[in-house]
Amino acid sequence: MLKYIIRRLAMLIPVLLGVSILAFSLMQLIPGDPARSMLGEKATESQLMQLREEMGLNDPYIVQYGRFLGSVLQGDLGESIKSKEDISVELLNRLPATIELTMFAMILAIVVGILAGVIAAVKQYSWFDNLSMTGALFGVSLPIFWLGLMMIWLFSVKLGILPASGRLSNDVELNTITNFYLLDSILTGNWVAFKDVFTHLLMPGVALGTIPMAIIARMTRSSMLEVMKQDYIRTANAKGLARHLIVFRHALKNAFLPVLTVIGLQFGLLLGGAVLTETIFSWPGVGRYVYLAVLGRDYPVVQGAILIIAIIFVLVNLITDILYKYFDPRISYN
Amino acid sequence: MKKKALWTLLSLLLIMIITISGCSGDEKANSDDQKDASDDTEQTNDDNEDSDDGKKTFVFGRGADSVQLDPSKVTDGESIYVTNQIYDTLVRYEEESTEVRPALATEWDTSDDGLTWTFTLREGVKFHDGTDFTAEDVVFNFERWASSAENIYYGYMFGATEDNLSGIIDKVEATGDYEVQITLSEPNAPFLSTLAMPPFGIASPDAIEKYGEDYFKNPVGTGPFVFKEWIVDDSITLTKNEEYFGEVAKVDEVIFRTIPDNGARFMELQAGSIDAMNGLNPQDIDTAESDENLQVIRRPSMNVSYMAMNTDKEGPMSNKLVRQAVNLAIDKDKLMTLFEGIGKPAKNPLPPSIWGYNDEIEDYGYDIEEAKRLLAEAGYGDGFEVSLYTMSNPRPYLPQPKVTAQAIQQMLSEVNIKVNIVENDWDTHLTKTENGEHDMAFLGWTGDNGDPDNFLYVLLDKDNAKKGSAGNIAFYKNDEVHDLLKSAQTEMDQAKRTDYYMQAQEIIKEDAPWFPIAHTTPPIAASADVVDYLPHPTGSEPFNFLDIKE
Repeated sequence: MLKYIIRRLAMLIPVLLGVSILAFSLMQLIPGDPARSMLGEKATESQLMQLREEMGLNDPYIVQYGRFLGSVLQGDLGESIKSKEDISVELLNRLPATIELTMFAMILAIVVGILAGVIAAVKQYSWFDNLSMTGALFGVSLPIFWLGLMMIWLFSVKLGILPASGRLSNDVELNTITNFYLLDSILTGNWVAFKDVFTHLLMPGVALGTIPMAIIARMTRSSMLEVMKQDYIRTANAKGLARHLIVFRHALKNAFLPVLTVIGLQFGLLLGGAVLTETIFSWPGVGRYVYLAVLGRDYPVVQGAILIIAIIFVLVNLITDILYKYFDPRISYN
Repeated sequence: MKKKALWTLLSLLLIMIITISGCSGDEKANSDDQKDASDDTEQTNDDNEDSDDGKKTFVFGRGADSVQLDPSKVTDGESIYVTNQIYDTLVRYEEESTEVRPALATEWDTSDDGLTWTFTLREGVKFHDGTDFTAEDVVFNFERWASSAENIYYGYMFGATEDNLSGIIDKVEATGDYEVQITLSEPNAPFLSTLAMPPFGIASPDAIEKYGEDYFKNPVGTGPFVFKEWIVDDSITLTKNEEYFGEVAKVDEVIFRTIPDNGARFMELQAGSIDAMNGLNPQDIDTAESDENLQVIRRPSMNVSYMAMNTDKEGPMSNKLVRQAVNLAIDKDKLMTLFEGIGKPAKNPLPPSIWGYNDEIEDYGYDIEEAKRLLAEAGYGDGFEVSLYTMSNPRPYLPQPKVTAQAIQQMLSEVNIKVNIVENDWDTHLTKTENGEHDMAFLGWTGDNGDPDNFLYVLLDKDNAKKGSAGNIAFYKNDEVHDLLKSAQTEMDQAKRTDYYMQAQEIIKEDAPWFPIAHTTPPIAASADVVDYLPHPTGSEPFNFLDIKE
């Protein structure tokens, strides 16, 4: 097992190398002059030239790439051209927000999705099955920005019961330790802040969790249906095992593998940042940060962030693979 | 058996639903409590603000966070919006125009040759960190601005080059504790207006030394608000400066909140969680105007959009009659319908909010027959083909470039001019038009210092018609205009300068190097409780004058 993990971690190196080349060349391919986008239209020609020189934009691509790789290997992601702040600091400021939202959305998606999927499979063609699967179909197809704006309109403007955006109200004080606000409020025993943070999480969490929830529900249902038809389930039924034991311990565990794959993928995707959700709910996360950096041609940021996101994605997939073994002991990693 | 399992599941679900609704139920109860005090959300919010020791908070929503809070290093409006509250400049703009008034300097004087400026500074002013403001601090700031090309506006406004980082400013000396003398290498009439620009806010030298590279996150000035906290991509909080030498702010706290989506931001305003916002969606302008809890405030325009005609290129556009005909053949009022309710038709290169605007000038007007006659007279009665270069992205002064280009294409086809639209991304568009590849091209300008020179000289003088770096993309070269603009640069008397600019605008109108399109007045939406919000043409205003009604 350990050997497997080490091997997988070693595989990170070629993957990241590929990602870095991709990230680097993509930024070169985008039309437009980075120096011009950085300084704005008021910059004089000599200022532009000086910036190009400073940033080494006049060097051949291969030299620029080498320099980028060299500093990354020393653990230095460089600094943002726009804000002059270290990219690692900027990412650290934003990652907790993204992770917190993702966790919340995924827990919501997993709990509701699996429950709905299981019930729909057990009671195939019942009203619940039809209803939840139609709902899931809607869930996959709903544009997030529409859903988000509708929720804000209903819950914030019309009903006035939920905050429209942000992570914390202006008038609520919270001492941040980890920058995971929910965790911070528990650690400091600040229940006013906890409630405030929780209500801020609800709408973006639902908006972000809807699509994974729908996918998980549909996947769980179809996978469960297949497993429930197998001989060992019939045997379990025949020997009079409790229904919930059959469904949850025997069937679900076996039906869980494909669901786990989906969960892993979705988790990785969301951790890379959800531009739309973060934009609509003013969530100060990684997705919007990278998106703005692309627009502003802040390419050290884009390159650095893509690298970090790639690492996260690969790690999440690694964890998923390790979890496989728990659900299916037949899987061997040697 | 089956039933039992289902019941287990259902009860699980039920527990979950109760847990979730329990949490939001609490919320509801809570906001109901608040609603007891008043019955509408707007006031609920005010109650919220006031309940905090009676503190008055003004929350401003905008689409993007500030980049840096060091005004000398930024060009983005969202950074300037905030630094405008924290810093003072030597002179400031009047509340609603671009004329200047005393700020950190109480008086000033120019030598006869216009080269030496002497400023008398205000005494007893303290920076937010408690240090005294003196003449040495002004010298320090000027030297700092001239020390690096990173200080974009300094380089741009004072003509710094790689070899001469300080540009036209020769010397800045403290001639007393409260007197500063600035010597220029050439007379520059707009100098005072330029000093009023927010990028030239005077920062505390102590703080700059203390924070070093992190100064941009810890701004210290002398302005009406003191920096308190910056949560990146979320909010910037400022508190009132009780010691302010000018008008002390009426609100205790200002919060700039970043809410990227225009629609979501507007809903926050409707819900009462913010007090004012910029960047309205066009369709929300009407909604805001018809909502009695809201108001729409229009910022006076300091920009212009135009279609430049390349007078330098062989062919029809080098002919004055053709350019006049183009002006006559386009229905400007119809174009305004493409401006989403924020456009005012332009007849001059200058926006009306700037002094020196020539209101006597009569625009060409829409007259197809006259246009045809002029074209025939010029020998182009049978028509011709031209290119129209446009950018692909909306600009503040031109919200729908592509559609506007298509409308003009359609209108000009009536007089047998076939227009080929060439669309490019912004950077490419700039490069190509600066190189003069176009016959006609869209472009626009947002003023910097509110001086007419900043429009007319930059955009229409022959000095700026050099291929490759042209601000004058009509490549319009008129010696008479050049002489007028040059005289206006060295003349210190504003009445005489006004006269020069009036004449220049007349010649420009006659020569028609442009088809001037529009000046836009970007709307700000605010709660009806906000009073005395005075929008400034330069794009941002200090918040010490505004108040929130109880």
